[in-house]
Amino acid sequence: MQLLLEQVLNGLQFGVTLLLMASGLTLVFGIMRLINLAHGSLFMVGAYVGATALAYTGSFLLGLAAGVAAAALTGMAMEALIIRRLYRRDHLDQVLATFGLILFFNELVRVVWGRQPLSMDTPAWLSGHVTVLPGVPYPSFRLAVIAVGVAVIALLYVLIMRTRVGMRIRAGASNREMIAALGVNIRLLYTLVFGFGACLAGLAGVMAAPFLAVQSGMGEDILILTFVVIVIGGIGSIRGAVAGALLVGVVDTLGRAYLPDLFALWLPPASAGTVGTALSSMAIYVLMAAVLAIRPQGLFGGAHD
Amino acid sequence: MTSAPLRARLATVVLLAGLALLPPVAAMIGDPYLVTLANRAVIYGLAAMALDLIMGYGRLVSFGHAAFFGLGAYTVGILSTHVMQGIPLAFGWNGSNEALIAWPLAMAVSAAYAAFVGVISLRTSGVYFIMITLAFAQMVYYLFVSLPAYGGQDGLSLWLRNTAAGVALDDRTGFYYLCLGVLVAVWALLTRMVNSRFGRVLQGCRENERRMRALGFRPMPYRLTAFVISGALTGLAGALVANHQEFVSPALMTWSQSGQFMVIVLLGGLASLVGPIYGAVALLVLEETLVSVTQHWQLVLGPVLVLAVLFFRGGLYGALSGRGGRQ
Repeated sequence: MQLLLEQVLNGLQFGVTLLLMASGLTLVFGIMRLINLAHGSLFMVGAYVGATALAYTGSFLLGLAAGVAAAALTGMAMEALIIRRLYRRDHLDQVLATFGLILFFNELVRVVWGRQPLSMDTPAWLSGHVTVLPGVPYPSFRLAVIAVGVAVIALLYVLIMRTRVGMRIRAGASNREMIAALGVNIRLLYTLVFGFGACLAGLAGVMAAPFLAVQSGMGEDILILTFVVIVIGGIGSIRGAVAGALLVGVVDTLGRAYLPDLFALWLPPASAGTVGTALSSMAIYVLMAAVLAIRPQGLFGGAHD
Repeated sequence: MTSAPLRARLATVVLLAGLALLPPVAAMIGDPYLVTLANRAVIYGLAAMALDLIMGYGRLVSFGHAAFFGLGAYTVGILSTHVMQGIPLAFGWNGSNEALIAWPLAMAVSAAYAAFVGVISLRTSGVYFIMITLAFAQMVYYLFVSLPAYGGQDGLSLWLRNTAAGVALDDRTGFYYLCLGVLVAVWALLTRMVNSRFGRVLQGCRENERRMRALGFRPMPYRLTAFVISGALTGLAGALVANHQEFVSPALMTWSQSGQFMVIVLLGGLASLVGPIYGAVALLVLEETLVSVTQHWQLVLGPVLVLAVLFFRGGLYGALSGRGGRQ
């Protein structure tokens, strides 16, 4: 029971990382109709710069700030130079151009930081444990990640639904020409939205760095999982991103923890381990297939192309 | 394409003649490695041509073709491993090293998986389709990574190449001509297909799905058929690559492999069938040139791709046939 609770919390923490990625990606898609494969590269930039800044300054908060800022700046530069030209192209062009960006960024970090993976420590003031239930200690850093994720998503909701900028963003999503005609600088607005999505990716990168090897190509593993989240939740929907991210995070974590044991109940131990491990790495894709078979547009998806 | 201008047709003749004459030329200048390289381009061109059938003619942007490629390769690898180890695969059958058995089986396995992926993913379109095909390819990738019986992350070495009707395929030049022959045969087949009624319906659904529905066509069966054919042919390319490398590994199924097929189609020219052959050769030449200059060649290749997307929309074949933009 106590292990189960711990695993569920781990799942939520992983889900929060996915949520930060998915909300940025889905925001960009919902508003600019752009599919950005290089979103994973922004995650990677955040993790690398965060880990490096932490190593130099010794302060986790400075590392966090540096990682987020680096991702945001990289994202906005990317938007202004290249992405902006892709809004009116079809999705194939967007995929191929951002695929080129991935190759570029993956090689760039190898040039700057070398081929050895970096590692990042959790800060001392968050490396203890918190007793979440009597007899269940849980690492405080992981709890902090969950808390930050929830706070950021609440902030995102307020920003989009309750502020003037958010109103313009929503208006831009439903009619680009109209809002431009009303005198809103839509180019700037798009750059800001893209930069905001990049911020979220950078934040996810820094917060996930202590659990991962910070290395070239790390962005794509998380990017593909983020796609699964978005497909399950419904593209362009923040609510869908929340539901999808938590579902994927928990199913993936629980699957890895329990499926091998579950199969050991009726299979010989050797093959149970193999089958269990294979199936647990496929669990979320099976989940995706099941959701799609019932609701092709995703759990919260509307009619988007 | 029958409608291609003379210049483009001439260029294609030159390209194919060049590929056909490559082994004697390579032998003459004493560089047999060229044949190995060109063989890779031929196999990748085949996979990309299969992708062009659905991406160019159906506007179904599959980001998961590496799965079909890898499944084809693993079918050959697994059958061969069972023969060598003498362990029954299923129903007391020990596998086979015979290409006439293994390659059709590779195509069948890829086709079956394509049917499964197609049935689910073709209910959606656009970005969804891209993401779902990618995710399903990743699923197969993780499956093979976690199968220790077949090498897991490290992959499988083929003990021997397949035999074709009992004839060993060990000869480098002979195998190269076999691959080239397969490529040309598939090209002829697909050219007929896209100009047939089936191909016209597929292109009609690309241009205006609503109108096709009003004319009484349901897009789904046409798209699914094209998707399965494309998957099967990519599986055949996989069977060839397994023999070419004498090694299969999950690396054949990575997302970047799928991306590479798309890049080849783009560089060569979308919806042209022959374009992917240009694209495969061009990408290979580009890679080899960049590798000889710097180990960080992807730092250059990435921006080149971005520029190609932004300013070189018709690809090489498009430029040759004076078709600058996309159809």
